[in-house]
Amino acid sequence: MALPLAAAAGAYVAGAYLVFLALILAYVAIMASKLARVERELTELTEMAERREPDREREPV
Amino acid sequence: MYGRGLKPLSIASVAALVGAFALVFFYAPEDVDQGFIQKIFYLHVPLALVALGGFVTGGVYGVKHLRSGSREHDMKSYVAIHLSIILGVATLATGMIWAKASWGAWWVWDEPTLVAFLIVFLLYACYQPLRFAIEDPDRQMRYAAVFAVIAGAFVPICFMSVRFAQAALVHPRVLDQTGGGMPGSMFFTFLVALAGMTLLFVTLWKFELSSKSARMQLAALRRRLS
Repeated sequence: MALPLAAAAGAYVAGAYLVFLALILAYVAIMASKLARVERELTELTEMAERREPDREREPV
Repeated sequence: MYGRGLKPLSIASVAALVGAFALVFFYAPEDVDQGFIQKIFYLHVPLALVALGGFVTGGVYGVKHLRSGSREHDMKSYVAIHLSIILGVATLATGMIWAKASWGAWWVWDEPTLVAFLIVFLLYACYQPLRFAIEDPDRQMRYAAVFAVIAGAFVPICFMSVRFAQAALVHPRVLDQTGGGMPGSMFFTFLVALAGMTLLFVTLWKFELSSKSARMQLAALRRRLS
């Protein structure tokens, strides 16, 4: 069954579904950028913890 | 903690939504009055119902927060409202497209359903500015919970008041005793779309809660290390 997307009705229906898709994609993109920031911070904290480890090892017991 | 079960939930959401949209375009019959335009209904109505449900959920977690003082309940309430605002934007946008296509106008001010939804949406649009205008975290959570409870109670009142409105309604009624007068195949497609949208909401809710929880744990770890 062919969908009447070229007709005026089809354009409105496609527009509505594309708005929904665009909003979901924008949301996922924002969440992805936040996840990237979490990853960066985690790397930073791991490096900070690794720098502390040798200092602790050198401390007299 | 919130990430548990996220993978099967995501798969179920995608499967339900893809299945629903396949039913919309290849199974559900075309509406006799509106024709192909009516396909927007299967997106617009589930979006609206899930958004309103999300606002009420925010209120329920607001009550839980006020009773327990738990940060977790506040976070659940905040994320439910935040997601519902996004779904509210989608509801308004798809509704306006549908209105333009079938009524010839982007907005009809004397239609109670549209105006009532806009009032609810604008009410919740104040939630975030109000919340983040308060610096003290405890007060912020408490005030946000009070807002969520009052606004959450307003949602069903608004919904019912539209039902009792005496105005000549142009907007179709779906949730009545006759199922909006739809044939079985249309109503089944609508229910699958509603289930898909609900699953999407729960998936995104858990996803955002998981992300927020990770950021909070990271901040706590940074405080300990510095």
